[in-house]
Amino acid sequence: MKKIIYVVFAISLLFSSCTNDAENTSVTLKFTHYWDDTKMTNQDLNQLRFTNANGEKLSIERLRYAISNISLIGGKNYHLVDFGENFGTALTISDLTDGTYNISFRFGFSDEDNTDGIYKNLNSLNFDVPGMLGGGYHYMQFDGKFLDDSNQEIGFNYHTIRAVDRTDPNNLVFQDTSFKVDLGTVVIINNAEIEVRMNVAEWFKNPNTWNLNELNTVLMPNFEVQKMMSANGKSVFSLGEVNQ
Amino acid sequence: MKNNYIFLLSLFLLMNCSSKEEEIYAPIPYTLEIPTLFADQLIAPIIPANNPLTEEGISLGKKLFFDKILSGNNTQSCASCHDPQKAFTDNQQFSDGINGNSGKRNAMPLFNLAWNFDERFAWDGKEFSLENQAFEPVSNPIEMHADWQTVAKKLQADVEYPDLFLQAFGTSKIDSTLVTKAIAQFERTLISGNSKFDKYLQGKATLTLQEQNGFDVFMDEAKGDCFHCHGSDNNPLWTDNKFHNNGLDATFLDLGLGKVTGDPSDNGKFKSPSIRNLAFTAPYMHDGRFATLEEVINHYSEGLKRSSTIDPLMKNINKGGVQLSTQDKADLKAFLLALSDDEFINNADFKE
Repeated sequence: MKKIIYVVFAISLLFSSCTNDAENTSVTLKFTHYWDDTKMTNQDLNQLRFTNANGEKLSIERLRYAISNISLIGGKNYHLVDFGENFGTALTISDLTDGTYNISFRFGFSDEDNTDGIYKNLNSLNFDVPGMLGGGYHYMQFDGKFLDDSNQEIGFNYHTIRAVDRTDPNNLVFQDTSFKVDLGTVVIINNAEIEVRMNVAEWFKNPNTWNLNELNTVLMPNFEVQKMMSANGKSVFSLGEVNQ
Repeated sequence: MKNNYIFLLSLFLLMNCSSKEEEIYAPIPYTLEIPTLFADQLIAPIIPANNPLTEEGISLGKKLFFDKILSGNNTQSCASCHDPQKAFTDNQQFSDGINGNSGKRNAMPLFNLAWNFDERFAWDGKEFSLENQAFEPVSNPIEMHADWQTVAKKLQADVEYPDLFLQAFGTSKIDSTLVTKAIAQFERTLISGNSKFDKYLQGKATLTLQEQNGFDVFMDEAKGDCFHCHGSDNNPLWTDNKFHNNGLDATFLDLGLGKVTGDPSDNGKFKSPSIRNLAFTAPYMHDGRFATLEEVINHYSEGLKRSSTIDPLMKNINKGGVQLSTQDKADLKAFLLALSDDEFINNADFKE
């Protein structure tokens, strides 16, 4: 009887030991921000330091965005990255097992995850979208200034949300302009640090060369413009360095 | 052997004393009464681990808040500039200190402070934590102009305070740290969440057409676009508690946040105040320059001044602002007044 107990105890010890080892891997997603090939820090904020594809000099004063359905976490989830305040730029996901992972997430929220008022954290950070635009949440708030054609500094609010056509205010027409970002597969064998790069310049570049003189503020209620922003966003993210 | 007995007896007596004291003076934990909308829509308020709310701590903080003993010449209390009936501000552009001197900032109203998630207090964010904020006015020479050591001695010599501190904090030795902890506890209980608009959101009141249109102006990016800084029906704080240059000046006499951070890009930035209780908190802005809500609305509509740090959320600077119609301005004001919380300003728990 004693022998059996010892054997069972030893086996259970082995199993628990294996499980612990296997689920001890953690991955940190590091969100970095580039202007084309130049890495940005928050020291680069508030100065007319960048030139977009349309030749307009611009500054960045606020840049924060939400991603959801992060594949490494699984299930419903979201995360806010605030480049300006250096908040949320690292996200550690624990209790993973070694293996090959597809790294993907959604920029913004799909319609089914974009219910008005449900995310207390985002409500507290004023990241919601007015009910007259269908409610839910911003995908991104990107504010700055640019030199306009008459060489004056003008503000821009490049805010992305679910596109809404308000032609008939009593019958809003929506288009889900969030999009999946697939960064490919990564083999994780140890604790890993995976860089997720945002090339901010791409928001103004591809496929729509952005003319800030024409499109600078009040972009949230603009159905067509939201679709253009979404199209430009699809080339913004890329997989950077993987360290483990 | 005899010595051992004496030692054991002493130890027993000491242990007995200390457990008795703890038994008598353990303060009663207090749970904030959080309005439903706040609980449903916001993350939890900030209660520091080293200053939990207790009934005795809050009661002591309230007594201190209203006690002129904290000022250099016993003529002013916190409430002298933070009157409950005025949503804990006064109606002066600049408050007078005990010597008749005045500063350059308008007294801020006090409510919903536990939901200031960044914990940066004052117009320029210079105070981190509510406890630190409470420390400053007492010793400020143009405010209560007292010396904290003297204040502690006065409180220590009082017939009531040593016992009240013992009950609240387990010690009757009074110092500035415990005074500010008590005041901060009281301030965290100052919750305003029962205006007409709150009731409307809970289906307990109906907005007038004017108030409803005013809310739409507030939320419309093509009109007021107020919500990006001042919250929405999903954020009952009605502020982002962040710092913005809202276009008041082309050049800055008061650097605001820039003086605190030393970063020129922060010059002219001040905290967005909550737009709750505006009916009680005139005059407006960090320097109280606007006497009426009409002046405030006119500023955002056509009075913006360009500067290097003006917030990009300030639109249409070339035209001076968002160019609201006369009707929209009136409606916006009506909506703003619907955020007045009479129950808050008349709450007996917050009065002397």
